[in-house]
Amino acid sequence: MTASADAPGTTAARSRDKTAKRPVRFMRNLTAKVATLPMILTALVIFVGCTLWTIYHSFTGSRLLPAPEKWVGLAQYERLWDTRRWLVSIENLAIYGVCSLILSLVIGFTLAALLDRKIRGEAVFRTIFLYPFALSFIVTGLAWQWILNPDFGIQSVVQGWGWENFAFDPLNNANIVIYGILIAGIWQGSGFIMVIMLAGLRGIDEDIWKAARVDGIPVWKTYVFVIIPMMRPVFVTALVLIAAGIIKVYDLVVAQTSGGPGIASEVPAKYVIEKMFQSQNLGQGFAASTMMLVSVLVVLIPWAYLEFGGKRRG
Amino acid sequence: MVDATVNEPSGPRPKRRLSPTNIMLYGTLIVVSVYYLLPLYVMIVTSLKGMPEIRLGNVFSPPVEVTFEPWVKAWAEACTGINCDGLSRGFWNSIQILVPSVFLSIAVASVSGYALSNWRFKGSEVFFTILIFGAFIPYQVMIYPIVIILREMGDFLSAVTGTRIRLMGSISGLVLVHTIFGMPILTLLFRNYFTSVPEELFKAARVDGAGFWGIYFQIMLPMALPIFVVAIILQVTGIWNDFLFGVIYTKPDTYPMTVQLNNIVNSVQGVKEYNVNMAATLLTGLVPLIIYFVSGKLFVRGIAAGAVKG
Repeated sequence: MTASADAPGTTAARSRDKTAKRPVRFMRNLTAKVATLPMILTALVIFVGCTLWTIYHSFTGSRLLPAPEKWVGLAQYERLWDTRRWLVSIENLAIYGVCSLILSLVIGFTLAALLDRKIRGEAVFRTIFLYPFALSFIVTGLAWQWILNPDFGIQSVVQGWGWENFAFDPLNNANIVIYGILIAGIWQGSGFIMVIMLAGLRGIDEDIWKAARVDGIPVWKTYVFVIIPMMRPVFVTALVLIAAGIIKVYDLVVAQTSGGPGIASEVPAKYVIEKMFQSQNLGQGFAASTMMLVSVLVVLIPWAYLEFGGKRRG
Repeated sequence: MVDATVNEPSGPRPKRRLSPTNIMLYGTLIVVSVYYLLPLYVMIVTSLKGMPEIRLGNVFSPPVEVTFEPWVKAWAEACTGINCDGLSRGFWNSIQILVPSVFLSIAVASVSGYALSNWRFKGSEVFFTILIFGAFIPYQVMIYPIVIILREMGDFLSAVTGTRIRLMGSISGLVLVHTIFGMPILTLLFRNYFTSVPEELFKAARVDGAGFWGIYFQIMLPMALPIFVVAIILQVTGIWNDFLFGVIYTKPDTYPMTVQLNNIVNSVQGVKEYNVNMAATLLTGLVPLIIYFVSGKLFVRGIAAGAVKG
């Protein structure tokens, strides 16, 4: 609709100032419509169009090239859930997701609470906790790959201190490799959660604290029973942000372990990219990415319902 | 939007500075600080050591003999595949990607945000809602169709202009992709800002006969300079740190710095030179780190504004 208005746009916009009201509704605000065209196109073509395109093609037997005519129904999904590599990816994402949710929230809130105790040098500590967030996942992954290096990193240093049997080599142990990635992920992202929590804590009325002190309630009890319930919206926001970040985990794994050892640290995002661009199995890539979308919707829809649906009714 | 501009601590200073509570408080903070600072420290000391020293010593010890050779090597000599001109190539690629991407994405998003707050039309809110929800769609879902769109658009433009234009696999294509995916956050940022501008100002300008662009350039743009700075910080760090789009939409000789860094460090051939690797890693992290340390509170404002929706 708006695209067709492109050509007469300039003349109509010029004449609009002379005649205050045009009879055609469509012509009103035409400059604004033309100016927002990139946004409208992004919303419709990229976010809606491309998503639907991928979902549609996930039901086809596309391999090297998209093949819309080869309809195969749910075959791609059946194959996907029969692939060990995908199952490992999902398991890793689940472990990483749950751990990083809990740890980010706990660490983020604890640090924010500590910084909120009217301490000296708050700005210095805040700067230290947040700087990893400015770094890319590639830099984060490579830095931790080096620190966790079994021959030169933490393991060898601790062994050098006298504990000859000390073993901490997560990046080469298939059972715990995801925790090695988790350490790096928490290092990079927890400062950000701290900032959000700190903003939430600063929004709490001073009088609450005064009242708690008058009543003789210990500080930790005030936090657990008064402050945290009051900060529910902040926690929800943090939760959504962490969850949105978890599903995207890709660069960190590529840099730190390249999915190894073997396939022990694969994640869904990496599976999709490799199926699409390396093993020329587009259909699998589309099916896997649609599954990623579904998992996002599972988180997003209840949140949107609580957040916006509730407001409209209340 | 949660305002994350953090206030200075207020109220009276605690009386006893060395109470057990305070010792625990500062003790915890200092221990945690060590965890956060450790990787940076290890990267710096490693990048200043020679390889023999790395093989013998431990990662935490400061260099006995400081050498800047790994930095020179990382910048000018490190190899990816057959190219041995170091990270400098990736650095200049990243600059070439960064400058137009930041400019274009902010230009488009600020105009959209302005239109959405002051020039609403039927359906504008619907598009905006789609845009915001689109920010949550995993990139993997949209990546492949965009490859096709870029390829077709390149062919179309080539046919129209008569010259060979490539969007897929080139820097201009990546710039478009960054503009598209920067849009939800930036449009939200600008829309929220322009909505907070008093409406009387806008109405007065309308009465004076200013139009869409007149109000944008003469009133809104000068007033919104702080938010432009926030947007620039957000975009520069975001685009510089991007890996996924770079690896998909560019080719080896136009790879951005993050992709090249990963190829250098994780290459399987040759002897691993950890000092060069760490120097290269630091070099790549340098741009966002400088922005972070220089911009301070604005950075915090940017990430909080970009992150907190609704």
